[in-house]
Parts: sequence; C-alpha cells; structure tokens
Amino acid sequence: MKKHILPAIKLTAVMILFFTVIYPLAVWGIAQLAPNAGKGEIIEHKGKKHYVNIGQSFTEDHYFWSRPSAVDYNAAGSGGSNKGPSNEEYLAEVKARIDTFLLHNPGVDKSDIPVDLVTASGSGLDPNISVQAAKVQVQRIAKIRGIEKLKLNQLIDQQTEKPLWGIFGPEKINVLKLNIALDELK
Amino acid sequence: MNTEILGIIVMFTLSILLAIPFGKYNAKVYGGEKTLLDPIFDPIERIFYKISGINPQSEMNWKQQMVAMITINMVWFLLGMVVLMNQGSLPLNPDKNPSMSADLAFNTVISFVVNCNLQHYSGESGLSYLGQYWLMFLQFVSAGTGMAAAVVLFRAFRDKAADTLGNFYNNFVKSCTRILLPISFVVAIILAFEGTPMTFEGKDTITTLQGDSVEVSRGPAAAFVPIKHVGTNGGGFFGVNSAHPFENPSYLSNMVEMVAQLIVPLAMIFAFGYFIRRRKLSWMIFGVMTVAFLMLTIPNINMEMNGNPTIATMGIDNSLGAMEGKEIRLGAAASGFWSVVTTVISTGSVNSMHDSSMALSGMNELLAMMINAFYGGVGVGLLNFFIFIILAVFISGLMVGRTPEFLGKKVEAREMKIAMIIALLHPFLILAGTALAAALPQYTADSLNNPGFHGLSEMLYEYTSSSANNGSGFEGLGDNTPWWNISTGFVLILSRFLPIIGPVAIAGLLAQKKFVPEGDGTLKTDTATFGLMVFAVIAIVAALAFFPVLALGPIAEYFSLY
Repeated sequence: MKKHILPAIKLTAVMILFFTVIYPLAVWGIAQLAPNAGKGEIIEHKGKKHYVNIGQSFTEDHYFWSRPSAVDYNAAGSGGSNKGPSNEEYLAEVKARIDTFLLHNPGVDKSDIPVDLVTASGSGLDPNISVQAAKVQVQRIAKIRGIEKLKLNQLIDQQTEKPLWGIFGPEKINVLKLNIALDELK
Repeated sequence: MNTEILGIIVMFTLSILLAIPFGKYNAKVYGGEKTLLDPIFDPIERIFYKISGINPQSEMNWKQQMVAMITINMVWFLLGMVVLMNQGSLPLNPDKNPSMSADLAFNTVISFVVNCNLQHYSGESGLSYLGQYWLMFLQFVSAGTGMAAAVVLFRAFRDKAADTLGNFYNNFVKSCTRILLPISFVVAIILAFEGTPMTFEGKDTITTLQGDSVEVSRGPAAAFVPIKHVGTNGGGFFGVNSAHPFENPSYLSNMVEMVAQLIVPLAMIFAFGYFIRRRKLSWMIFGVMTVAFLMLTIPNINMEMNGNPTIATMGIDNSLGAMEGKEIRLGAAASGFWSVVTTVISTGSVNSMHDSSMALSGMNELLAMMINAFYGGVGVGLLNFFIFIILAVFISGLMVGRTPEFLGKKVEAREMKIAMIIALLHPFLILAGTALAAALPQYTADSLNNPGFHGLSEMLYEYTSSSANNGSGFEGLGDNTPWWNISTGFVLILSRFLPIIGPVAIAGLLAQKKFVPEGDGTLKTDTATFGLMVFAVIAIVAALAFFPVLALGPIAEYFSLY
C-alpha cells in the first residue's frame, strides 16, 4: 500500500485540476451563449424579473392557480411532501384542497378538477399545470375579471405547449406566462 | 398512440441503439486499440502520468490492482472530509452555507466515494460550490473505479491463461477521460441550452407576480448534472434532484438524462462480449437483464399512470395519474419509467418523489435495488451479475453431475465460497440494518414521515439504497441524524468494496487456472437455457430473501389501499 500512496495523491491532484477546473470552465464558456448567459432563463414584465422555469405561488382568485407546493414556491430550497399513498393525514389534506377549490369556484363540477391541482409536485417548484387545470378555472376568472370565457379559452389554447416535437411527453401550460398574458389582456 | 408512452419507448430504444457501438468503442479503449479520440486524450494522459510518476503499462495482478484501488479511495475519503468540514470558510461560497458536521461529512464523503450518493443534506443549503465540485470530482473517479474493476474481469477471460491483468491506473484514468468525460461534455451543453444554470453567482431574490418575495437558488449545475447520470452516481445538485426545474427543465432534458444514465451500464455489457470475443455471451446477459427490467418497469408505468385509487374515489378527474411528488412537464409515465431505471442501474437520481409512489411501485423500486444486477451501476453491475453466473454454473454443474466450468475454467470450492459470501452479504446488510432500525425506535421513530407499513418501507428503502450503492431515498425520512449518517455509512463501505473485491478475486483465481477446451459435455453459457437458469438463481437467492420484509412493507400497504 505504501508505494501507492504518493502516486495516488499526485494523480488525484492533477485529475482535480482537469475534472473540476478545466471541464467546468469549458462548459461555462459555451454556456455564455445559452439563454441569459446560463444564469437561468428569465422573462421581464413591468420592470420585474421572473424565472421562466421556476414556478410561483398563485393563490389569488384573479389569477390562474398553480399547484400546491410543499415549500411554498420558495426556490431557496426545493422539496415534495413525501407523503405515502395510504397516509390518512395526507388524504384528508387532498380532500380539503378539493373543498377549498369548490368553494372558490362555485358551479364547477367536482369531476372536472384534475388531480394536479390538489397534489403537490416533487420539486415544490413546478412551473406548469395541465391544460384541464387551466380550463377548470376559466369560469371563476371570467366572473372576477369580467372577461368573456371564449377569450380566456383562446388564451389557454395560445399558451398550451404541445408535446416535444408534437409526439413525446405531456401537454402543459406555464402558469407564470399564462398569468402574465392574462394581465396584458384588456 | 399516447405521447407519454411513445416518449418512453424512444428513450429506451435510443439508449440500446447507442450503447451497442459505444460498447465496441469501450472495448477498444480498454484493449489499447486506436480510437477517434486518441489525438485529444493521449497527450492529456501523458501529463497525468508524468506528474504522478505512474507507468500505465506495468502489469499488475488482481491483488495489486485492489490495493491500488483501496489506497486511492482512501486518499479521496480523507481529502473529502477536509473539504466538506471546512467549506464554510473556503472560497466559492456565495450563499454562505455552513461547513458540514462530522457525522454528515462522514456519510456524504463515503457515499460519494462509493458511487452511492445518498444525500442527507440539500444541495441549496448544505454545500458551497466548492463542496459541490468536490463531489463532482468523486462522481467521475468513483465511476472510473468501478469500471476499472470490471476490466479485470474482461482481462481474466480474454486470454487462455493470464497472471497479469493490466494496470489499474491505466483502466481507471481511461474510463474517466475517454468514456465518462466526452458524454458528460455533450450532455452538459444540451442541458445548458435547455435551461440548466451554469453560473457561479449565488441566490437571486425576486418579487413574484403576486408580490411575494422569494429567493431562487442557482449554481454551476450544467457541468454537474451530466456526470451524475453518466457515472450512475445520482447525487443531485439541488435538493430534489432531477425533479427540480433547473436540474431537469424540459421533457427533452429528461430524455437526454435518461439516455445518459443508461448508456454506460448497457455499453459495458456489450464491451465485455467484444473484448473477450464472445458476443453471444453479451446477448445472453443483456437478454436476462432486459426481461427482468421490463418485468419491473411495465407494472410501474401502469400503476403510476392509473393513479392513487383512494384519490379516485374522491370523485375528481384522476386521469393524469399519481401526481403527488411528480412534475407536469414530465408526466406520470416518464416518472414511473425513471423510478425503475434509476433503481435498476444504481443511479439513484430521481425525477419524482419515490416516497409518494404507489405501494407496489415502491416495491419494484426496492426489488430493483435488492437484486442490483439488472444492468447495474457502471462496471459493478456486471461484477454483481458475474456472481450470479458463477452460482448458476455451479448449480447446473451439480444437476448434470459434472465439474462446473465457466469459459473453459473450472469453478472450484474456493471460488464458490467467495461467490456465496458476496451473494449473501447484500441481503444481510439490508435486513440486519432495517431490523436494527426497527428495534431501536428511540433513534429512528422521530425520523419517519409516514405512519404504519409505509414507515417500515422508508427504513427498508434507506438501507436497501445504501447497500445497493444506489442513493435514492424515500426522502420523507429525516435522515440527517447521527444514527442514519453513521449506520448507513458503514453499510456503504462494506457493500461497495467487498462486492468489488469478491468477483475480481474469483476472476483473478480463474485466470490462473489451466484452460480446458470446450467439449461435448461442456455447459454452454451463452444460450437461452442458461439465461433462464441465471434468472432462476437470481429469483431464488436474491428476491426470495426479501419477500418477508416486502410483505410487511409495500405489500401490506397495497392491501390497505383497497
């Protein structure tokens, strides 16, 4: 073992230089060409900066709601609820969320509430909701904002992101972009 | 066809199609043949060897290689303790994150040295960027270590009789530079353009549209995330790993990360066949692994897409599937698929929270790690599978009344003893660990996040993940306590180095034996019949050992749901 120690230390030193300095610097250099120079994609609205990929908490009735979050959309950290499927406390919480939703959305049929609106995402920062999750909120927003339902549905269609190349993965809507577009709707 | 299913099929097929030529490339790299990347890496490696004073051409036997491996791993461990326990006062710490406690640093360093990446901290608050990059270094070299160990196996069966089996440093360095680095680099660029941050700036504070003030963690993640997959390490840059919208921003990034984690374990199987010039053997191994993999994957995808039956009875639209702990941009199908891939190949990165998986999906994730040889981690997956091959050879030999042989070498008592010890070590560590944790509730009860059967599953998962060097978790478990840090730390060390040394020793011993030419009575090991035999051995030795505890955890939970 003794004769291996010095070579091991030296090899470690030179490999640290190569794999943790040269390699990341090369990636960093190329990433300068990426959106926002690799600092996270942003969108500017009324002089304020928002991260497109990081979900925000929307709980007010005049906005499309985002999904429940175990970390309240504070991206200083991240986390899911980690509740197991049979956990009684958790199931009661889901029920309570359904009731809250119905309270804020009178006239909506319970069977139209999609499951993503009452379950927390894995990251707690999910920027998306399903298309159905947006549609089920149209009635409430139309009433509060005094906008025709048809117009809101068109807005949802515009904001719907199709599966990758039209064939892979789910459809989705970025809640932040949808709400910014909603604010701009006159 | 359903776009979510189509996405999965393409991810899996693409991985296999890329792995076949890549396996051939790997075999050439280890065989010292000419490859496309020589002009880049020949001079770089010459510098490595010149500075460290190593002659990569000097031949070593299996014992010398293992000593070299253990020595350099110890250097990494000691250096890692120094870095993580002092990161608070070292540079590259814009968020002023604190140094780690001794028990947490112990667990973290071991876990990254052994390619497990169990994370009892959250990246955003638990590590400085220097700490992150130290761990990224370990992700490269721990993967390289496993691959270099597998190459001893390659060498042992290529020549009819071999005393020397190549040079550890040579195979280790080549694995890092010529195999892991090029793929990581390509993946890093794709991720950076898909939206993964690559900045050394710290947290940003923003005001949301609703007017709340929140912080956003960033960091140089685009270089880190690829090697976490390519080396089947699995330790995430951010706390929730590849569920984080920065770490895995889109469905495309999800596909790329999936291919990145599958490609090397698959390629190593094909590389073995090319290297020892028995490609049919590779197909036998690949066939057994793939059948078993599909048996675990398809039910998981199905269960996650069907969703939680209790939530369905509440009368809402449950058609998206089990969305607790899952991301909309990835969907239930791709999350269910990932949950098995990551446990089967010992990556341990997650794109959904396994703690919230359906009960029997959780069981399949556990089973994948309990067997730990269906594809398996880079290099070590093949070594684990080799143990089962040796067992199958022995049992088949007894059944037909002949001396067991594998590739022209007689398998005798000494090899069998090693194989049995290694095969039993894994269930022993998992079951003894879980039993201890369950018997000492004063240390463990407070860390559970769920009551009842699921609570037992959380403890079982933690030890299974440690012993399989996987690194994923039922993350509800509050595992940053001295009990979990220290107990899993020891499981990690034992379950890494013994299962490497064991098969390498068998290969080394077999290599020295006289070559017996194949005759009519030779057991053919590259046939479907023998594949079935290996599968049966795995089912009996590995899976059945765990059945009682699975019945108390996920299976009991399943029945409580209906």
